[in-house]
Amino acid sequence: MKIALITDLHANREAFSAVLDHAESQHAGQYALLGDFVGYGGDPAWVLDRARQMVANGAVAVMGNHDSAVLEGPLPSMRDDARAAVLWTRAQLNAEQLAFLAALPMSQTQEDRLYVHANAYDPRAWEYIQGRLEAMRSLHATECRYTFCGHMHEPMLYHLSGTGKAGDFKPVPGMSIPLLPNRQWLAIPGSCGQPRDGNPAACYALFDTVSHELSFQRVPYDHDGAAARIRAAGLPERLAQRLLTGD
Amino acid sequence: MPDQSSGPASIPAPLPVASLEPGLVLDGFRLEERLHQGGMANLWRVTRLEPVPGEDFPLIMKVPRIKGGEDPATIVGFEVEQMLMPALKGPHVPRFVARGDWTRQAYIVMEQIAGQSLRPRLDEAPLPLDEVIEIGSRVATALHDLHRQHVVHLDIKPSNIMLRPSGEAVLVDFGLSRHDQLPDLLEEEFSLPMGTGPYMSPEQVQFVRNDPRSDLFALGVMLYHFATGERPFGQPASVRGLRRRLYVDPVPPRAIDPNIPPWFQEVVLRCLEVKPERRYQSAAQLALDLQRPEGITLSKRAERLHTSGTIKTLKRWFFALGSEPVAQATVTEQVARSPIIMAAVDIDHATPGLLEQLRETVRRIVQTEPGARLACVSVMKTARIGMDELTDKDGKSLHVKQLIALKHWARPVTRALKLEDGRLTFHVLEAPDAANAIIDFAAKNGVDHVVMGARGNSALRRYLGSVSAQVVAESDCTVTVVREMASA
Repeated sequence: MKIALITDLHANREAFSAVLDHAESQHAGQYALLGDFVGYGGDPAWVLDRARQMVANGAVAVMGNHDSAVLEGPLPSMRDDARAAVLWTRAQLNAEQLAFLAALPMSQTQEDRLYVHANAYDPRAWEYIQGRLEAMRSLHATECRYTFCGHMHEPMLYHLSGTGKAGDFKPVPGMSIPLLPNRQWLAIPGSCGQPRDGNPAACYALFDTVSHELSFQRVPYDHDGAAARIRAAGLPERLAQRLLTGD
Repeated sequence: MPDQSSGPASIPAPLPVASLEPGLVLDGFRLEERLHQGGMANLWRVTRLEPVPGEDFPLIMKVPRIKGGEDPATIVGFEVEQMLMPALKGPHVPRFVARGDWTRQAYIVMEQIAGQSLRPRLDEAPLPLDEVIEIGSRVATALHDLHRQHVVHLDIKPSNIMLRPSGEAVLVDFGLSRHDQLPDLLEEEFSLPMGTGPYMSPEQVQFVRNDPRSDLFALGVMLYHFATGERPFGQPASVRGLRRRLYVDPVPPRAIDPNIPPWFQEVVLRCLEVKPERRYQSAAQLALDLQRPEGITLSKRAERLHTSGTIKTLKRWFFALGSEPVAQATVTEQVARSPIIMAAVDIDHATPGLLEQLRETVRRIVQTEPGARLACVSVMKTARIGMDELTDKDGKSLHVKQLIALKHWARPVTRALKLEDGRLTFHVLEAPDAANAIIDFAAKNGVDHVVMGARGNSALRRYLGSVSAQVVAESDCTVTVVREMASA
């Protein structure tokens, strides 16, 4: 069965819908939503309603730092753009949507797969997996063979061999990568709602639980429409701009 | 929340291989007999309990030999092979069938290639030159196919090459290979250069693992050995010994055997250049020269009879100290930027206007790729039956005449683009049918792009059929047909 791994949706309705359509065309049988449903984008209510419906149908979902900030108020470390978006988002959500966010777990496991937003070693501290060292630390902190996380917006794949050597790999979209069970793997699909690697197309990944093959995907979507919603909401212009360039 | 106190994940060690014996059934494959016991792996002949339709070839199972579960070279090399092989296709690799999970028993089931590797032929070296050329061109063709699939082999040597009964070379053992769209599991694993000492390219000695031109160096070592009976860089056992090839020239093949033609020395020494950018830029370009040596421009390499003097060697040794190879493009980029462009020129019949238009189009296409190579081809029609007059009434060879005309046509392009030696070749083909000759040349020489003129005269075209239309329809590569613009 194929699991669609979608993360950092950031209230981008256009990107999320395009990714869901694409995943369906690829025969995804299950969905894992790795957090940051809201923040930055102009359509938090729609994205949360859709996610809630998917979770009711068996999708996995975990908490992201922006989701947590909407509930508990922004952390002092949050940048101005993000802070503005968090405060605006809070005002858009109804009680049901807030309750959905509040009920999100920090992490979930399914067989040999761990789903967590930031990392496995201290999910609540929201530290980023910026390179091999953090990836290794995260892989050491779980018994699971596969870790799927978000938080970093660029697609990336890390692996840790039985001899303790870690490697990293910048994936090529569409290529099937066999995640051989002789090592541990940590995959970051890349952001669905706010890509930052210079390519504005939405990111997600598909994992086949039988063949253990992972493929990173890029889905072009109506980023002009998503940017228009950000402007219409009166959110910072920079948040609209970066959707057009993917930076 | 995951358990924070847990330590590193425990990865189950593979079961000992010793328990494998004839008759054992593993995932639907029955072990029949052990064919080979190697240092790194055992090979078993296997059969399917339930045959799969279309799988009409014999199967072997490759099983890694794990010594005590702590042999990273074997384990990681086998993982690399398990990862790469399913991504490969075509006649130049064994067909992949299945792989076995490491948590139970690691294996790869693949097509069994009949016959032996080229390894035993080394003991017979020097081989007749014709045979060396044949081997070289078949291996180069196989390498080009592999490189186009994003893979550098990185362990090209006679024992990793087999020949199908149909003649195609098959590359085996991908344990050190690199696929540029898959993670490189070996990159971080070892602190010593990876490869086989006599064949390792200078950049491999310096830890570069993504340059397809490394395989051309290794093939150069093979050709040298097969042609002369000697290894160009000996059989070094230390990293220091390996590094010698960064500054010490091999003895020119013609110094060992003066009967070796200069063009062959040119080809081999070009493969063995220290800097990848001075070698052939693609395996297809090497295959083209081996198949059509008459087109090779000889440089000083062809004349060399001695290795460089002490001063020059010392100088190179000094510059090789601590030198790092420049960052490389990916395999895909290297292959893409080194295409073979074929200009098919109808010297005798095309109008001057069309010839000029064709030349301009060729110039534009070649200019866009600095690694591109231009093959200018003209077809000399021969009768299907009977003897041809191959000399004109003054007794001059028509073949030579056409070659001169072809070079004259190309002169403005070669001057404008400064096509240095080796990037430009001329070929006059003798054939009864121009279209078939062009299609055949393009297919055999790995041509990426054919540029040719359309026959202008429509009455003639109606009567004779269009050569360009047939080439467009039947050729596997890109074809550009140039038409002379009708004057207003």
